[in-house]
Amino acid sequence: MKVTLWGTRGSLASPGPETARYGGNTSCVEVRGNDGTLLVLDAGTGLRQLGLSLPRSLRRVNLLLTHLHMDHIQGLGFFGALRNPEIEVHIWGPASTKLDLRSRLTRYLSPPLFPVHLRDLPNTILHEVPRGDFEIGEFHISTALICHPDPTVGYRIESPNATLTYLPDHEPALGAEKFPISADWTSGYKLAVGSDILIHDAQFTEDEYKTRVGWGHSSLAHAFEFAELAGVKSFVPFHHDPSHTDDVLDNLIHESIDLAQPGFAVIPGMEGATFEPG
Amino acid sequence: MSSQKEIELILARQLASHLAMPIFIVDPPGNLIYYNEPAEAILGRRFEETGEMSVEEWSTIFKPTDENGNSLAPELLPLVIALRNHRPAHRGMWIVGLDGVRRQIEVTAFPLDGQAERYLGALAIFWEPEI
Repeated sequence: MKVTLWGTRGSLASPGPETARYGGNTSCVEVRGNDGTLLVLDAGTGLRQLGLSLPRSLRRVNLLLTHLHMDHIQGLGFFGALRNPEIEVHIWGPASTKLDLRSRLTRYLSPPLFPVHLRDLPNTILHEVPRGDFEIGEFHISTALICHPDPTVGYRIESPNATLTYLPDHEPALGAEKFPISADWTSGYKLAVGSDILIHDAQFTEDEYKTRVGWGHSSLAHAFEFAELAGVKSFVPFHHDPSHTDDVLDNLIHESIDLAQPGFAVIPGMEGATFEPG
Repeated sequence: MSSQKEIELILARQLASHLAMPIFIVDPPGNLIYYNEPAEAILGRRFEETGEMSVEEWSTIFKPTDENGNSLAPELLPLVIALRNHRPAHRGMWIVGLDGVRRQIEVTAFPLDGQAERYLGALAIFWEPEI
């Protein structure tokens, strides 16, 4: 598989010269299979640029949403494939206890928040998660609810030669007196264990986390500990806080590596980065 | 018995670990997968010592009886009712903790139903009535 990061920022798009290297667009990741299957993980503002890069011959897009917070769906309205009747867009995402996925998405894709209604978009097929494992092209996909406010899932994506786990908004340390705790009691562990690539929430510094417990995000230190617990081969810090400039992120990541001395590779989550795990 | 727990159970354990009320959490087959520190005081043994327990083990190990000392069958215990009948249940009883002390308690139990029709188990709160 080939992975491209189109949006790595958390919470709010944050363009500007001070965020140019890590990027200002919100969560969006492209995963390409060797057979050409296209998975798009989340529909943050990075989705617009991804859409512009798609080949004209493309006939199917598989969009996997972790949850429906605005920074993960805002790009939907600006994704050209949704308006192209020649392209089938399959969207996976979580329902809530009382509303199905269509009703939840319609809250954004309808006036007054957006002028176009979801029902007016051709060839859009919705699928609710979590559910049992499923297949898309060459990919075997597992989902599970994870620790984040409102229904939120993580994805484990297995190809014949690599496994990627995507947990962009995740607070596995919530409520733990000492983190990490045992693997079976750790949110997201089963999705992440042994992955070649873990793309994981690393929004806060340790000091910031102390005043933001329960917001659904991880400190960089907790993310490192989670990656170590799961025994991943490489870790991509992701969902950067809007207030963290490129220089701040450079320092935070380097300090965390020095402190944790991780047994895995660390790939800074920069917009535009591409890698081929496995 | 040990396996990756569903997020609702993880959150329930985290909540229980911060509450002063004794709490039991069981999985769908009835295995006691967690009890908190206040429950340890009632049961007379730390969770770290006992670990997870099967329903056959925990439903009899505490020797539950009614006020007349008659043994209570597992199907009369609120947690078992919540598990098997999918409804909340409450009753008073006497138990003998793992420390050998006989205690009067009340138990309120309710099932844990997750999204997408996932049945997750049940949770029980223990009360020691003021006498």
